[in-house]
Amino acid sequence: MNPHHSHIARTRREFLTTSASGLGGIALGSMLSEDGVLNAATASQSEDFASLRPNHAPKAKACIFIFMAGAPSHIDLFDPKPKLNELHGQKLPKSILDKARFAFIKPDSAVLMGSPRTFTKHGNCGMEFSDLLPNLGSCADDLLMVRSMHSEEFNHHPGQLLMQCGVSRFGMPATGSWINYGLGSTSKNLPGYVVLTAGRGSSGGSSLWQSGFLPSNYSGVLFRNSGEPVLNLKNPNGLPSELQRAGLNALRDLNQRRYQEVHDPEIASRIANYELANRMQSAAPELVDLSGESQHTLDAYGVGRPEPKDANKRRGTLPGLQTYDTFAKNCLLARRLVERGVRFINIVHASWDQHSELNENHAYNAGAVDQPVAALIKDLKQRGMLDSTMVVWGAEFGRTPLGENRQGRNANTGRDHHPTAYTMLMAGGGLKGGQVHGKTDEIGWAIEDKPVHINDLHATLLHQFGLDHLKLTYRFQGRDFRLTDVGGNVMRDWIA
Amino acid sequence: MHFYTRLCIVLFISLGHGWATPVDFSRDIRPIFSEKCTLCHGPDDAKGGLRLTGLKSAQVTLESGKIAIVPGRADDSEIIARTHHADPDTVMPPPGKAEPLTEGEKALLTQWINQGADWPQHWAYTPLKRPEQPTLTDAPDLQNPIDAFVVAQLEHEDIQASPEADTITLIRRLYYDIVGLPPSIEQVNTYKEAMAANRDAGYARLVNDLLASSHFGERWGRHWLDIARFADSDGYEKDNSRPDAWKYRDWVINAINEDMPFDTFTIEQFAGDLLDPSSHNQQLATAFNRQTLTNTEGGTDQEQWRIAAVMDRVETVGAAWMGLTLTCARCHTHKFDAITHHEYYQLFAYFNNGDETTIPAADSDMKIRVLHERKKDRRQTHVLRRGEFKQPTDQVLPGTLASLPSVTHRSGSDGDRLDFARWLVNGKNPLPPRVLVNHLWAHLFGEGLVATLNDFGVRGERPSHPELLDWLAAELIDRGWSRKALIKTIVLSRTYRQSSNHRLDLADRDPKNRLLARQNRFRVEAEIVRDLSLSAADMLTAKLGGPSVFPAMPAGVSDVNYNSAFKWKVSPEGDKYRRGLYTYFKRTAPHPNLITFDCPDSNVTCIKRTRSNTPLAALITLNNDTFTEAARALAKRVSKDYKPLESAFRHCLSRKPLKDELKQLSTLLDTSIDYYTEHPEDAERLSPRAPERAPLTATVRVLLNLDEFLTRN
Repeated sequence: MNPHHSHIARTRREFLTTSASGLGGIALGSMLSEDGVLNAATASQSEDFASLRPNHAPKAKACIFIFMAGAPSHIDLFDPKPKLNELHGQKLPKSILDKARFAFIKPDSAVLMGSPRTFTKHGNCGMEFSDLLPNLGSCADDLLMVRSMHSEEFNHHPGQLLMQCGVSRFGMPATGSWINYGLGSTSKNLPGYVVLTAGRGSSGGSSLWQSGFLPSNYSGVLFRNSGEPVLNLKNPNGLPSELQRAGLNALRDLNQRRYQEVHDPEIASRIANYELANRMQSAAPELVDLSGESQHTLDAYGVGRPEPKDANKRRGTLPGLQTYDTFAKNCLLARRLVERGVRFINIVHASWDQHSELNENHAYNAGAVDQPVAALIKDLKQRGMLDSTMVVWGAEFGRTPLGENRQGRNANTGRDHHPTAYTMLMAGGGLKGGQVHGKTDEIGWAIEDKPVHINDLHATLLHQFGLDHLKLTYRFQGRDFRLTDVGGNVMRDWIA
Repeated sequence: MHFYTRLCIVLFISLGHGWATPVDFSRDIRPIFSEKCTLCHGPDDAKGGLRLTGLKSAQVTLESGKIAIVPGRADDSEIIARTHHADPDTVMPPPGKAEPLTEGEKALLTQWINQGADWPQHWAYTPLKRPEQPTLTDAPDLQNPIDAFVVAQLEHEDIQASPEADTITLIRRLYYDIVGLPPSIEQVNTYKEAMAANRDAGYARLVNDLLASSHFGERWGRHWLDIARFADSDGYEKDNSRPDAWKYRDWVINAINEDMPFDTFTIEQFAGDLLDPSSHNQQLATAFNRQTLTNTEGGTDQEQWRIAAVMDRVETVGAAWMGLTLTCARCHTHKFDAITHHEYYQLFAYFNNGDETTIPAADSDMKIRVLHERKKDRRQTHVLRRGEFKQPTDQVLPGTLASLPSVTHRSGSDGDRLDFARWLVNGKNPLPPRVLVNHLWAHLFGEGLVATLNDFGVRGERPSHPELLDWLAAELIDRGWSRKALIKTIVLSRTYRQSSNHRLDLADRDPKNRLLARQNRFRVEAEIVRDLSLSAADMLTAKLGGPSVFPAMPAGVSDVNYNSAFKWKVSPEGDKYRRGLYTYFKRTAPHPNLITFDCPDSNVTCIKRTRSNTPLAALITLNNDTFTEAARALAKRVSKDYKPLESAFRHCLSRKPLKDELKQLSTLLDTSIDYYTEHPEDAERLSPRAPERAPLTATVRVLLNLDEFLTRN
């Protein structure tokens, strides 16, 4: 996109979505006279957005980013380390120990901790997974496994911000906000960026799907797991939809009258947004109504699964939360959202932060996500949607090969934070499946080959959407900001 | 940069200057230097002896014996020779170091040198002088000098200002702007009569009455709390509660109600603890610095987060007082503005010995978090390589920016927060008064004279009315830094009193209304959206100050963060309906009604709120319980009136409905009556215990959603 176009597009978007009555006023002004206020303003919300041009031909149209907040252990799930098992109970070489930072581990007495899990090769490609993830294993030939992810953030909240927003500071837009800013929404009846959550909640909370300095209509919209999926979706108690409609008609006519008097295009935009709100009132409940899905599909995802018997002892959940069922539903909802034109879906699942009793708690968490994520990938593929839908599975960092030995905890049953090296999974969206990218050393501590920074992951993600991460910028406080901050390289090897 | 240049050109044409514009250094040349030259020839480095920081340094004899810039003679200027050179070993910038100059840039550079290489100081750093009031050829009844500046520019463009807005719009505009509440029907009548008797005197009386109202402090205090990134919780991770936070919020409200001069207001917040003597309230004021986020997550290196908090303080001062974006200079010398990497840490040094502590509250057992100066073991400050707390390099002493007037440290002080605060508001430093009047202006016009409120640097927009900005800044200082005096001066102007109707004749020429040929109209802020509805329904509890309150919140919202110890317990009746600014603000799970209407997340300073217009916002005023309660209460308020619909209309919009407006509402009321007659069970649901009011409730809720109601006109 040449800079002039990008400027016009941006001004237009600002105009249409915030109160800035910018240069776009001229364009909208003429639309208003041709089509009448309502039609033009309604169009501006969808078709006009969709016509924004990417930088190059896109492969992906939607992304489902499954965020495993708290950080799963790469060593127990994806990256088998027989040598670590051999060295179980021994100290870490001093050369590494001196350089490392730990949250809770006392470095003097810390020892390496092998994994009790067993690993098996899957698919034609022979990708290895631990026995905690048999279903994901069955998708191996569609998966890109990156074993060389790294981050510089050592704590959860900054690390989560980095993964979600490309920068560990507050106030930056999330990836989903950037993509919708760059390409617009293709959904007429739903927001372009939807967030689903399961489990006990992440430390980052809503800051993980903020729009930062972008207008708030680019924020992720959290769909709720109980009650109405979007806040304030239901009419006031005792107000039937026919009266809601009659009220909206009166409101539209009164606002339109006002528009003819003061000529402020913001009024047209307000009318359009009330109409979209009204469409969402029926579209969102329709979305979450799974009665049209076959029993086969529901079972494949694991919708309605009971919690395991020992769930009340597990840290990835809280009493009363049906995490297994919720996560399964979220995966199915993600597919339904993509079908309805939503560009970016975040499924946030927390928490994987196992400083002790990792084996039991990871088994619980893996049980929650393994079947639904695998079902999602297979379902997308079977429906011909996987090529245009990128699925990402990952977290803010990994976990240490050392066991954790802090006081008050069961020593050497958990692992500490480990941003130096960890694993993520991707599928679809024009990425090449059946490949493992990168390599860690024999104990899973450091990267030995092809390191990938989070900014690189984001650059590649944008690339698949037809966006150049260097060109998708927003001027704020005198600087052109981008998702990839000052880094980012497109990982050409990943692309099919 | 290209589109920045183009944008300027577009604006230029639209403002009627045409094409034949001479090259302007700030607009055309400085961006070239910043992006392509100063990495090697700037404040940090002078390769070959060239430092492009001013005309003087660009004219020295280089190591090569040549001179980079010879004003008036592009042919003799080495910079032209080298940027045009064909040999990749000679051409500047060297391939790989920066993008080569485009043909357009080369032409601009050549023309600029031939024009005389004028290299003016960036406007924002120039000393503050009170400009002469322009004389007008065709002076309408000017109220005050503001109008002279604005009209002079309009006359130059041959544009007529808009007529004054009608009386009711003016009364409402002042109520929305100054106290953030709608006027009651009685108040409208009182001032309407006063203005009918003597328009200017009646208007001025209203202004005085509103400025004296304690709601003024709530309205303008909230503006300040955006800057202070005020919240009731820690922010990171556990996001623990800060039960004392409201004490500082009340300090702000009181200070603004008392019209504490802005210089005192500045000094007490930065360094109230360093004043001698220092009162309890002055120490409390330093809680401004303690609004920074806290990370108590396990394994955090506390020094890392202490440094992050100090950086946040530095950057907040930069944005809020100086209109400068300092963040870049954490890691490297600012690419565009005259802020070096060293200078950033000189500023940092003023704050580096301010430690967080608590003092007892004056009236309870509560502990209040404030700042106090470390006396022993004072920290030395080092430049941090790439902003990394573990990579200290050169030691630096407290000091300010070379591009601004110098600072004086008290005898015996090697530079602390008090010295720094006094330097900010000594009247010689031109940035704080310019920035402050621009903030005040933006709250009264929806946009600043400098549109980039937080960026007065070279990449920010230039003032639409530079002389007016300086006149206001000079006036502020002459009036003893009184915000009330300045607000009064602005709202008394004809410029402020203009109609806000969009002008079709100017849609092409001045689409952003930079010339101020009309007022602006804009949707009110998040807190005010709710305040307006509660007021129209006569539900608002008007109590001033006190602990933060918990209005109704949809179930589950406050649980997104994993600190499950926190529960949102809805306040009892009275506190449930306090003004929006008293709503408890939990950083990781703020009230959705606030956030959806662009209330800032309070994690970093917010100088300018966005004003989005979204379906989620529409859903709130359509369906949220609070607004349904308001509709119910409004229906109750008017149900016994002679003409309930007209009455409700007047409570919301202060005017009588027009005939066709009334018809729309009557039709809706009839439809509602029909429905609820057939569905008494729904009537009971919408309007419990008073089902007879269900049709009216279903009708008046439309008023609470009207653009005219939610917009400051």
